[in-house]
Amino acid sequence: MIRDPKDLKRYEPAERANHWVVGISFILLALSGLAFFHPAFFPLTQLFGGPTWARIIHPYLGVLMAVSFLAMFFRFKHLNKMTPADKEWLGKVGQMVDGDDHNMPEQGKYNGGQKVMFWAMAICMLLMAVSGLFIWRAWFGFDITLVRMGAVVHAAAGAFMIGLIFVHVYAAIWVKGTIRAMWYGTVTRGWAKQHHRGWYRQVTGK
Amino acid sequence: MALQSLDIKQRSATTTPSTQVRETIEIAKLIDVSACIGCKACQVACSEWNDIRDEIGSCHGVYDNPMDLTAKSWTVMRFTEVEQNNKLEWLIRKDGCMHCADPGCLKACPAPGAIIQYSNGIVDFHQENCIGCGYCVTGCPFDVPRISKEDSKAYKCSLCSDRVAVNQAPACVKACPTGAIQFGSKEDMKDYAAKRVTDLKERGYEQAGLYDPQGVGGTHVMYVLHHADKPDLYAGLPANPSISPLVSLWKGFAKPLATLAMAGVALGSLFHYVTKGPNEVSKEIEDEIEKEDAK
Repeated sequence: MIRDPKDLKRYEPAERANHWVVGISFILLALSGLAFFHPAFFPLTQLFGGPTWARIIHPYLGVLMAVSFLAMFFRFKHLNKMTPADKEWLGKVGQMVDGDDHNMPEQGKYNGGQKVMFWAMAICMLLMAVSGLFIWRAWFGFDITLVRMGAVVHAAAGAFMIGLIFVHVYAAIWVKGTIRAMWYGTVTRGWAKQHHRGWYRQVTGK
Repeated sequence: MALQSLDIKQRSATTTPSTQVRETIEIAKLIDVSACIGCKACQVACSEWNDIRDEIGSCHGVYDNPMDLTAKSWTVMRFTEVEQNNKLEWLIRKDGCMHCADPGCLKACPAPGAIIQYSNGIVDFHQENCIGCGYCVTGCPFDVPRISKEDSKAYKCSLCSDRVAVNQAPACVKACPTGAIQFGSKEDMKDYAAKRVTDLKERGYEQAGLYDPQGVGGTHVMYVLHHADKPDLYAGLPANPSISPLVSLWKGFAKPLATLAMAGVALGSLFHYVTKGPNEVSKEIEDEIEKEDAK
């Protein structure tokens, strides 16, 4: 349904579907992974049909996320190159977080913060995938030192990634008018003009 | 209290103390390597008492049979030929779980109650709580636990906890024909070992000694070694075993800190919203767009 034909298209259906696959697999991975991370979270295994099922399912979900993340990485990589304007934006991010975005430099489709998030997630995803293979005993039997390093890296990168996703999700909640882009792909012109003026000018020609 | 004679001292993935009130004596199994003749009666007794029958393997041209510990072979004799000072020695070590006072398996295990340490020192796997992740293998400094290919549960020597609970010595101890395996209180076993060490020293083994590695807080399976200065000679018995620093980092103080950090980010976001409010499109820009549309 089209509310306003002048709304701007931000994401194609395939891009949205891709993001949702990554998002759902991430949530399931975080819940089952936390269960093995600390005893306080162990009851979360009940969401997966019990602790043994959680242990069985977790790595397969990991493969799903790694593959779908890789697809998303190649979709959006070219939009996430850092520019001097991004660095300037990052230098002033404190003012923005404090509630004043009037002095922020003009941003394209993604701002400096989103780009940092993109690359941080990509690095975490790589670390998670490689270390995850090291500790996947159902299929692999690596040298004990690699397994131990894998366990440390997997836990550390996992905790860091959960933190990143909290920030990612909160940013979408905080900036009103953002979440609809994830649901049905469009944003208002006002939203684009305020938050991503470079992109707004590019798509509207104004 | 699982069994009155086996109070639980520590259980895996449990952050509150287990029963600490009753004080029971620490037990230990002492393996006198110098008295072992390599007959493998202990292996057979283990298999017999615990109702485990490993697959019949193939001959590898050495005495070791089976070649390694498995989910169905909880103890194996490891044979090593060593040449020192123009003398050939045939060293035989009965390998299996050492029942560490500070067990790396229990530290690494994420499943509550899958690994239990009794107050008598026995470290026991409770397979009904095991989820099959293999973290115990990652945590063990002696490479002892094995994951079964049939049920994906971890298995190892239980020190015959079921026998010990009713005041019986472990099956391997009962079967040993030379008295190379002794069982009793840890104190008694240390005294017995001291006598054996004195005897060995008199017979020319000047470096004879007791293997009770302090890096894992001491063990409840100890060895009398004729070459206690070189435990590595006995099929790679580690000289100074301890829980790997990587495992301590993985399972130690970093986790509660990381949990707090994650909670901090979530709560920080919430309070940011509450104190600063949402980031909405400004009235100014909305007006600009309206003006454009009115044209």
